[in-house]
Amino acid sequence: MSSSQVDRKWIWIGGIAVAIGLLILPFLFKNYRVFQFNLVLVYAVAILGLNILTGFNGQFSLGHGAFYAFGAYTAAILMSKYGVPYWATLPAAFVFCFAFGFLVGFPALRLAGHFLALATFALALAVPQLLKYKKIEGFTGGVQGIVLSKPEPPFSFSLFDQPLSPDRWLYFFTLFVSALMFLLAWNLLRGRVGRALVAIRDHPIAATAMGINLPVFKSLTFGTSAGFTGLAGALGAIVVAFVSPDSFTVQLSIFLLVGVVVGGLASIPGAIFGGIFIQYVPNIADSLSKSAPAAIYGVLLIALMYLLPSGVMGGLKQLWARARARSAG
Amino acid sequence: MEALLFQIFSGLANGIIYGSVALALVMIYQATHHINFAQGEMATFSTFIAWWLIQNGWPYWGAFFFTIAVSFAGGLLVQRIILKPIEKAPVMTNVIVFIGLLLIFNAFSGWFFDHTIKSFDSPFPKDSALTTKYFSAHQIGSAGVLVVVLLALFAFFRFTPIGLAMRAAAQNPDSARLVGIRVSWMLGLGWGLAAAIGAIAGMMVAPIVFLDPNMMAGILLYGFAAALLGGIDNPVGAVIGGFIVGVLENLLGAYVIGTELKLTVALVLIVATLTLKPAGLFGKKVVVRV
Amino acid sequence: MSRLLEVNKLCASYGATQVLFDVNFSLEAGHITAILGANGAGKTTTLRALCQVVKTSGSVVLDGTQIVGKSTEAVVRMGVAHVPDGRGTFTGLSVEENLRLGAYVRGNRAEMEQDMERMFTRFPILKQRRHQQAGTLSGGEQQMLAISRALMLRPKLLLLDEPSFGLAPLIVAEIFRIMRTINEEDGVSMLLVEQNASLALDLADHAYLLETGRVALSGPSEDIKNDESVRRAYLGY
Repeated sequence: MSSSQVDRKWIWIGGIAVAIGLLILPFLFKNYRVFQFNLVLVYAVAILGLNILTGFNGQFSLGHGAFYAFGAYTAAILMSKYGVPYWATLPAAFVFCFAFGFLVGFPALRLAGHFLALATFALALAVPQLLKYKKIEGFTGGVQGIVLSKPEPPFSFSLFDQPLSPDRWLYFFTLFVSALMFLLAWNLLRGRVGRALVAIRDHPIAATAMGINLPVFKSLTFGTSAGFTGLAGALGAIVVAFVSPDSFTVQLSIFLLVGVVVGGLASIPGAIFGGIFIQYVPNIADSLSKSAPAAIYGVLLIALMYLLPSGVMGGLKQLWARARARSAG
Repeated sequence: MEALLFQIFSGLANGIIYGSVALALVMIYQATHHINFAQGEMATFSTFIAWWLIQNGWPYWGAFFFTIAVSFAGGLLVQRIILKPIEKAPVMTNVIVFIGLLLIFNAFSGWFFDHTIKSFDSPFPKDSALTTKYFSAHQIGSAGVLVVVLLALFAFFRFTPIGLAMRAAAQNPDSARLVGIRVSWMLGLGWGLAAAIGAIAGMMVAPIVFLDPNMMAGILLYGFAAALLGGIDNPVGAVIGGFIVGVLENLLGAYVIGTELKLTVALVLIVATLTLKPAGLFGKKVVVRV
Repeated sequence: MSRLLEVNKLCASYGATQVLFDVNFSLEAGHITAILGANGAGKTTTLRALCQVVKTSGSVVLDGTQIVGKSTEAVVRMGVAHVPDGRGTFTGLSVEENLRLGAYVRGNRAEMEQDMERMFTRFPILKQRRHQQAGTLSGGEQQMLAISRALMLRPKLLLLDEPSFGLAPLIVAEIFRIMRTINEEDGVSMLLVEQNASLALDLADHAYLLETGRVALSGPSEDIKNDESVRRAYLGY
């Protein structure tokens, strides 16, 4: 068999192994670990959203925590006040955050580089205070937030002696939704749309000259990005079963950015690495000292910009290219 | 009427602080054309250093000036060591590194000086000769310090060759090299100055809001708003912007939307300024003939 | 007449792309030398190499001192003033501030003021626009400002990159006339890069022709001007 056919065979085998692994994963671990996996997936989708805007389209956002928060609160309010089933809140969150992001996209058109970063940073800082605002307490639950209950699995099942708990059920739900979102993003970005986004990022004047309607495109991108991250927020609210203003501080926005940078700007699969990173590293760092997570993130961010500016995916691609070259040569 | 006056004067007093932070931001922007997101945390860390010196028996003004010197050196070193390698990198890389610095300085404050809230005494005690009906001694003293700093900076940039060189290096680094300016060092100088100004701002703020690692987060936002409002490349504009932001904050808080949404006010100010008048009220619009 | 500048086996690259290949040339003090050639021949790169703005190897000796390996700022301090293509003025600063910057590396305040007055005498329009933002000046005025700024260094060697670019013929003629005056009165040595070959040959004493990064031809400008076959083949007129 030729080498590419051998490659193909291994990719298929690997892919099927990974799929099977993913399906039995929740039954190999305790509920709490599964809960953490769920968060990894949620963050991955949130990071994917941010990456669409910042990585692919070059519009800097230090405020995506705001969209995450709005998505989360949308889901929480719909579920607790209006009895909407959990899965229905996801499209609602997407639409609402898409609209919000699209609107934000318009003033963002006038801003570039660090000014956009600044404006979105301000958004991130303002959100917790906004959520605590007494006048809308009836909706938001004020400082205490809103407590939700995790959805019960629709049927019972067990594998390896572990029952299908709410966390495990949510795992499959989250996995399904994440896979859908990644597929959606991949589809969107690999064709003309993706090329247009990158063209706008790298050569805005040329892009305009070629007929791309910059304002509309950039605002739509903002909206889409916000929609993804907002949907992730809704998913997060369901998984955690709780929302409160202090869960959505500027730190969240910074962590999402860290996730994008770690995974790799303009890389779709990189979002998964980003999600893993921002879920697990703070836990590890926290056990060292209260201040450690922030410092480690800071050092890592800087180190990444020096050594691996294209993130983990970039590094992997380089390794892969080198391995390929060696086997060919 | 009395209440209104009080709000205005109180706003002006706060404005002094916002103006100082804005000044530091404008300083870095003028020197490097970058916005330093880590400014607040660096200022907090400097203030902790001052606090520590005073705890260890140093007299206030001795600690004050020593902290300024240390902060200047620190800012210079940060630029030389961490930022120089990425001088030519795209904006995004720089912003990410600034965020990294923000996190590191915040962590250092907590690490070295722990998270308990500390009190920081003002050098202008309550019952000194400076107290007036509407302004405390500290407020007047801070205003005085700010004015001195402003004048010094103005003179520096306008009348000294190095000040001119710094402005040139920020605007056009390539041409600046061609006239023999060591551009890298100019950037370092800019950071040093900004760090020093930030330290002063921190030391003026701490007696009011008490000292803890997250002291400057909200103030930084107001500093941004003030700097943008005044014109990101105009030091005097920054200070005036500070006063405007301070007064607006108080007036809107007292009479319009309540005190709970102050940060949102800052946000709206920032966005409005950036979209409606990007050069700020006093910023210079650089005209380029194509 | 001593050799002011000796360039041997100069190679220069932008990243991985090599642009100059073993270029040799020299300048006599007090002379005007021209570097001619088509677009992309490497003329601008040569000037940039002399200022160490691009990666270079080989030997460049100015008045006995090796330049290769020094920083741009150090080269400037040695007395090399570069008027880059596109003028390179500080558009956000005033005319006067631009001139002051030209003398940045010199310490003597009084001499600097004197020199500024001389520039204003030579280019009266600059005196008129003394406090105006440099970006608001016309192309020709900015070129005058750029040259004046370079002269404020009291340079040993003045490098000029396409001073005629984008300017109306009348203005160009004026500027070239003034450059001839500067050379004759102050003895400033000049290295001139120009696409407009006839203009350059009228001004310069000596000329080098670059073709894709190599010296194809060299000689006194009179000879080149008068050699019809050379003119037709290389200079297009």
